[in-house]
Amino acid sequence: MNFNRSRVLKNNLISSKRNRREITDKIAGKFMLIPAILISILLFAIFALLLLHSEQILSLYPITDLIFSSSWKPLAGDFGFYPFIMGTIWVTSLAMIFSIPISIFTAVYLSEYAHPKLRKIIQPFIDLLAGIPSVVFGLFGVLLIVPLIRDYLAPMAGVTSSGYSILAGGFVLSIMVFPILISITYEVLRTVPVEMREASLTLGANQWETIKKVVLKKAYPGIIAAIILGFSRAFGETMAVLMVVGNVAKVPTSVFDPAYPIPALIANNYGEMMSIPIYDSALMFAALILFVMVVIFNIISKYVLIKIKRRVA
Amino acid sequence: MSSDNSGPAKIRVNNFFFSIESNEILKDINVEIPKNQITVIIGPSGCGKSTLLKSINRMNDLIENISFEGEILIDDKNILSRDTDVTELRKNVGMIAQSPNPLPMSIYDNVVYGPKIHGTRDKVALNRIVEDALKKVGLWEEVKDRLKDPATKLSLGQQQRLCLARTLAIEPEIILCDETTSALDPISAKHIETELISLKEDYTILFVTHILRQAKRIADYVIFIYLGEIIEHGPAREVFNNPKDERTKAYLEGVFG
Repeated sequence: MNFNRSRVLKNNLISSKRNRREITDKIAGKFMLIPAILISILLFAIFALLLLHSEQILSLYPITDLIFSSSWKPLAGDFGFYPFIMGTIWVTSLAMIFSIPISIFTAVYLSEYAHPKLRKIIQPFIDLLAGIPSVVFGLFGVLLIVPLIRDYLAPMAGVTSSGYSILAGGFVLSIMVFPILISITYEVLRTVPVEMREASLTLGANQWETIKKVVLKKAYPGIIAAIILGFSRAFGETMAVLMVVGNVAKVPTSVFDPAYPIPALIANNYGEMMSIPIYDSALMFAALILFVMVVIFNIISKYVLIKIKRRVA
Repeated sequence: MSSDNSGPAKIRVNNFFFSIESNEILKDINVEIPKNQITVIIGPSGCGKSTLLKSINRMNDLIENISFEGEILIDDKNILSRDTDVTELRKNVGMIAQSPNPLPMSIYDNVVYGPKIHGTRDKVALNRIVEDALKKVGLWEEVKDRLKDPATKLSLGQQQRLCLARTLAIEPEIILCDETTSALDPISAKHIETELISLKEDYTILFVTHILRQAKRIADYVIFIYLGEIIEHGPAREVFNNPKDERTKAYLEGVFG
């Protein structure tokens, strides 16, 4: 009797304990859904807000004029965003041209060749680089890169340049992109199974052949994903670029020309021009263009990535 | 122990010691591995079987902080010497891993991977290599119509046979098998065993296993390793039917392992 009662009690206890665990599990799941939803809403909220504030300028000018006109005279009522769009594309592309090979070589070296001790020494430097505020990179550009271009690179190419140029912007931006690019590429390379490298080596391949034909081949989709992330970051980087790129609202024709990327346009003028509502709206529209560019770029690259993954698998 | 009834030796291991970070894995290994036979290395897990195997194609070089002494002679050439070209060595000493590890490419490219690296460029020659190698492992009929498919689409058993074919394609003289059938189902495992037995005419085969029944099925010559030392070695029949050491007896009776 006594024994039975205690068993019932014990069973009750166990089942109530189980219930509590199940409930906690459910609550935890639902609770964490909330921030996940909020974050997704944020994207739409930003888009809606930008669209709302761009409405004024969009109601005055046709959108194709705004995007494809090269004339930027806000006080005269000319709002051509083409130079800014081109400025953004030039600087970002140049930055990626610089940083992609350097980053991949570094990541391959660290992952495949470097002695673990050396790897442990180099890695913190790369991580630190990722944490340096962009204004510091901007100063570095002004003090070193800009004079270097003005006094050496431009004369070597037979042109005159103030040094404040797309080249300087691309250079500084690439320095900012490569810490992410290196660390993601490195992680991707580490996910290639050791057995695959061993398979290649036991067939008599040397290390370079193994890297080229097996490791990079296997890691290819992941590296593309890393590059996409790097690009997305480079598109919007403001401070460092703004300090070295010259900020002249003209469509660039060479890397020694100054340019005026969209983030720089917004950062330089927002606040100052608030008194002119149409100018305010123009800057909002600039932000909208940037937003849409990044979104389109991401969609295209995701699509490309899916294609590549399908082909590799 | 002599190997007089085992034919000429292909590999001679003399006074071989091997350690990783000053842990001695193999102690004073002395053995001769007969040519064109299947030599099976048995012993409980962690006894150093695989380490011995991977010393023969220098795959242990990939491990940090190793040290070794002694010599391993293949056709009287010490492959542990500093001037050994490991890529040449590995072309001569093929290896099949524990679980199938196809390269991330097509069936065809898996087979021609080695030959291409070693300089064969001619398309016709490569096609012939693929057909020959796949026929030798009994895979040709199964895959001849989908050579361009990714190797990962094959079943595990087929993948392992592909790995064997890929090794045969580099024309090695020695084949090392590191528990090569342990990830496979019994039928696929049997398949590989049969193929190895038919291959021994042309190759010297070393097979590491901890499955005694498998060892008994395929072995011509047996090496029993325990705690990093060779306890007993000799022709299969002698070792299995008439073990001389108490530890070998105990292992064969399943007391440990």
